[in-house]
Amino acid sequence: MIVFEKPKALADVKMHYCPGCTHGIIHRLVAEAIDELGIEGRVIGVAPVGCSVFAYNYFNCDMVQAAHGRAPAVATGVKRADPENIVFTYQGDGDLAAIGTAETVHSAARGENITIIFVNNAIYGMTGGQMAPTTLPGQVTQTSPYGRQVESVGFPIKVCELLKNVDGAAYLERVAVNDVKNVKNAKRAIKKAFEYQVQGKGFSLIEVLSTCPTNWGLTPDKALKWLEENMMPYYPLGVYKDKYAEEAGK
Amino acid sequence: MADKVLMKGNEALAEAAIMAGCRHYFGYPITPQTEVAAYLAKRMPQIGGTFLQAESEVAAINMVIGVASAGKRVMTSSSSPGISLKSEGLSYLAGCDLPALVVNVQRGGPGLGGIQPSQSDYFQATRGAGHGDFHMLVLAPASVQEMASLVFKGFDLADKYRMTTMILADGTMGQMMEPVSLDMGSVNEYDKSWAVTGTKCERKHNIINSLSLLPEELEQWNIRRYDMYKKIEEREVMYDEYMTEDADIIVVAFGVAARVARNAIVAAREKGIKAGLVRPITLWPFPKEILKQRAKNAKAFVSVELSTGQMIEDIELAIRCTRPVLLASRVGGMIPTPEEVLEKIEEAQKIGGEA
Repeated sequence: MIVFEKPKALADVKMHYCPGCTHGIIHRLVAEAIDELGIEGRVIGVAPVGCSVFAYNYFNCDMVQAAHGRAPAVATGVKRADPENIVFTYQGDGDLAAIGTAETVHSAARGENITIIFVNNAIYGMTGGQMAPTTLPGQVTQTSPYGRQVESVGFPIKVCELLKNVDGAAYLERVAVNDVKNVKNAKRAIKKAFEYQVQGKGFSLIEVLSTCPTNWGLTPDKALKWLEENMMPYYPLGVYKDKYAEEAGK
Repeated sequence: MADKVLMKGNEALAEAAIMAGCRHYFGYPITPQTEVAAYLAKRMPQIGGTFLQAESEVAAINMVIGVASAGKRVMTSSSSPGISLKSEGLSYLAGCDLPALVVNVQRGGPGLGGIQPSQSDYFQATRGAGHGDFHMLVLAPASVQEMASLVFKGFDLADKYRMTTMILADGTMGQMMEPVSLDMGSVNEYDKSWAVTGTKCERKHNIINSLSLLPEELEQWNIRRYDMYKKIEEREVMYDEYMTEDADIIVVAFGVAARVARNAIVAAREKGIKAGLVRPITLWPFPKEILKQRAKNAKAFVSVELSTGQMIEDIELAIRCTRPVLLASRVGGMIPTPEEVLEKIEEAQKIGGEA
């Protein structure tokens, strides 16, 4: 009896992620959701610029690699070309919340029927650990060596809180992958976001709090602890918007 | 002959795009090309197509990338400052070998510039559309008829070579009205098995990508593309000639400048100066061969441009500077008069006589 196997939607290739990085977990959750919904043959993913740029090699579906921050615009084109296809983007915090802020907000405003997987690890990983739009106040990075000083560089962007006021957004939830319970919950949210798209319910974004042991300068287990103690208080988990649950409740 | 209708250049272009099978358009308002968007906003819903006003030029070109990736014909249009914003996307289109059609109805620059006609994006279109080694096919219409027919042709070339075709028009072409025949012929079908259409669980996944961290591999991608560019330079050059057979003075001009130049040539002939016109229709690939050939009998060249002199460099390169090349130009939205061009032709005749 098979009790555990690789999701079909994940390609059988080696990933390049650092030891302890939670991208691997999130990739797997996305792939499991695709498998369980039986949509692999009509899923098209859009990869970002950042650590997960090579996502186009890891997901076993058709993939497009977008310019930095532009994934929601590219996904808009892919979706409009054939609305029967299921289109998702997989983006990091620099990609989505800095250079791609306009594309994010406006794809939500249009109620674009796509799914965004937003991986927030509070740092630019690929370029070696610079301050991100989601870097916490006081957090030390390569470009905030004295800690993020909000008086001069401003505050982190809370994406779910920002988007919940955008009428076009259907479903927004923030989850984390720091322990088993949260991983299971993240899986539920990601699957629901894809289900919403299948049902034509419009724009959804799942923000996943993630670790970057390498650039945080922590061991993998300490990084998970850091996420719990520092990120979760600043970025509370939960459903920020569920248009259909709200309507059903009325 | 097919029936002709009186249309504005921008609208003829938009209708021709539909006839070419384009069902997706993404744009952002900017003068003097907004009629393209307005026309398609009306037409696309009538035929089940997509018209979407994007939040920016940057978003619009990336939506174009999305549709092109999915293997469908797609267009965006803008004017000079907006094209600068599309640079990033133009480079990605090239790096991903995607077919798309981009229209630039040029206005005066740099910066915000003005809203009157210009040809000062010649360098941008033929050399520097974005980062990296790449070319776009660049077509320059000189009539409302060509606004339509070159769009139709442009879509075909884009699909044939999997690259971007740019229609480099100017404000005059976009705004003026002329009779136009919309009898465009049939649309060719091209293999698009590379597109992201969903694997249907029947094939390996397709990946649209411009990234390679292996320099040996990236070099090969570039070389392959340049081998294709060479073929295009051999096969796809288009130009028009007017009274060049016996010409001492070869005037070179495209777009609205070519129309002015034609009048100047008639006036020059009346004065006994044997002038003729070579009108490039493809700016890339540039019609080098015909200029080289005409240089054998010509004494001098005149480049007529609505820029401070950009195409003139291609003329000099084409003829290897074997003849003097003069520049007749107005910029900032001004258009040279036939008299101004005639003056240059007379000057060229004088210099050419001395040479």
